[in-house]
Amino acid sequence: MSNFESLATRAVEATPPALSKAVRGLSDKTIAWVFIAPTIILLLAINIFPLIWTIYLSFTNYAANRPNRPITNVGLKWYRDILGSPEVWAAMQATAHFVFWTILFQTLIGFGLAYLIDRKFRGHAFWTTIILIPMMLSPAVVGNFWKFLYQPQIGLFNYAVSFFTGIDPSSFEMLGSVKLAPWAIVIVDTWMWTPYVMLICLAGLRSIPGYIYEAAEVDRASKWRQFWSITLPMALPFIMLAVLFRGIENFKMFDMVVLLTGGGPGSTTELASITLKRQAFEAYRTGYSSAFAIILFVAVFGLANIYVRTLNRVKQR
Amino acid sequence: MSITLSTAHSVVEPSSLAKRSAGFIVILYALITMAPLFWIFATGWKTPPDSISYPPKIVFGPSLEGYCNLFTTRTRQTADYINALGPPQGTCDEVTRRREMVIAGASNYAPRFVNSLIIAFGSTFLAVTLGVFSAYAFSRFKIPLADDLLFFILSTRMMPPIAVAIPIYLMYREIGLSDTKLGMILLYTAVNVSLAVWLLKGFIDEIPKEYEEAAMIDGYTRLHAFFKVVLPQAATGIAATAIFCLIFAWNEFAFAVLLTSGEAQTAPPFIPTIIGEGGMDWPAVGAGTTLFLIPILVFTILLRKHLLRGITFGAVRK
Repeated sequence: MSNFESLATRAVEATPPALSKAVRGLSDKTIAWVFIAPTIILLLAINIFPLIWTIYLSFTNYAANRPNRPITNVGLKWYRDILGSPEVWAAMQATAHFVFWTILFQTLIGFGLAYLIDRKFRGHAFWTTIILIPMMLSPAVVGNFWKFLYQPQIGLFNYAVSFFTGIDPSSFEMLGSVKLAPWAIVIVDTWMWTPYVMLICLAGLRSIPGYIYEAAEVDRASKWRQFWSITLPMALPFIMLAVLFRGIENFKMFDMVVLLTGGGPGSTTELASITLKRQAFEAYRTGYSSAFAIILFVAVFGLANIYVRTLNRVKQR
Repeated sequence: MSITLSTAHSVVEPSSLAKRSAGFIVILYALITMAPLFWIFATGWKTPPDSISYPPKIVFGPSLEGYCNLFTTRTRQTADYINALGPPQGTCDEVTRRREMVIAGASNYAPRFVNSLIIAFGSTFLAVTLGVFSAYAFSRFKIPLADDLLFFILSTRMMPPIAVAIPIYLMYREIGLSDTKLGMILLYTAVNVSLAVWLLKGFIDEIPKEYEEAAMIDGYTRLHAFFKVVLPQAATGIAATAIFCLIFAWNEFAFAVLLTSGEAQTAPPFIPTIIGEGGMDWPAVGAGTTLFLIPILVFTILLRKHLLRGITFGAVRK
């Protein structure tokens, strides 16, 4: 018996194989850098190098479709052009409209749903999963099939509206009308991303310890009072997290809207990213679009900074 | 008796009526939110005339025409020509001939779908591999400026894709990676690796350090402890992270449409280009969309416990 045991111990001792001898010399510090380096190198090559290139291009007259033209330095010309361009301001306005209303609707509906789901009715887990489905889908494919739903007359959306309100389904075009198109994209985005806000709000509501409500009950605080002085303030960091992330995502929105409206009619739904795509890949104004890209970068980078700070605050909970 | 009752039902437990009305509203919302998906799924089984009828047809005779059209290209022929052909081979042939057309060949849907699979799985594998090493290093070692590096890694994911696409387009053109699967795999890896690092760091943080320390006292090296102790412990987290990366790569459109046109094109830019005679072929679009979305539905159900973590980069764990 003891013989077996010593054999087992010897086997264990022999387990760290010969290879480890060569590796054993590696200090933790070396391992740390070996483990991190590939990720950093990849990000430098595919994100940072291109970014620096973009900054360089934004000061030149380079055009991607005329690579052999001599490159000249134009200084800050493109930045001045962009800030003075009515087209860019129109795009910024369309983007602001889109971001503001989608966030407002998603927060209200998302928080409301989370509040209701937190009542823990029977089957709430199943229905929560069902509600989450839209946000997992491809925005491009979603944009494409909502185009079908929005068809005047034959589309399900127009039919549903006419069913409930009696308005003639062929009397309005969600995507063809200058008035309605900005709302059409808000509706689809709200449909798609309300679950996202809901899920984060739900986590916020669940992070509130039950004893706080119990104490409030003991103090005879009304439900209304409990909501405003416990529920909302304690869920607020989570709501902020959702709002910031949706803000960043919708500020750079491209795929869903491009497939739904293509920026039209006219340029009523031409968001910043769509203008950028047109300038860069249709007009081939590479220098101009690089400068525009840098401006968008700076804006997103600032938002991302605030987002990460909120993230860290929520993490401590 | 009354005491046991009052402790069993906490004062903050909502009343049964409140629960039931909350359930009613949530279920109503869920059903409304599913209607568009149900509609596109149903459209895949309609004939083209049924798909554009007014009022929209909720009850219809199912047809395979959408799926046939999705996978084939067709040309119009005269009745005489079709009559001169032999008996139809298979359902699709029959359906096509009824429209006075013949099947000319296979459509691009299948190759685009395969491209999506290759690019999604390739980039996920790379991103998770790179991510798990980096996440371990960030989780266990003191790294100078760790917070700044982590922020840098995350900020790369926040960049607007169109803005990144301009220099990537020029760079890929120079080094011959335009419209190649390798180029797309590398690009998606770069986008996904940030998510992978953040998510996996959260999962690895949860594995007690003592496990590896015990293994290292037993004579394991740091590397052995990582492979033999940490990786198996992190298996669930790695799987969840991989699914998140897969979903992103599967759904991505902006890079795909700008950087690929043929060879390496994925399904999302292809589906909107499915057109029939006189406009969009909606049943084929419905069929293509259904097939494309099914893997996502399966993944969503598999992931439901980890969704919250995934969408908050591992910060909120419930």
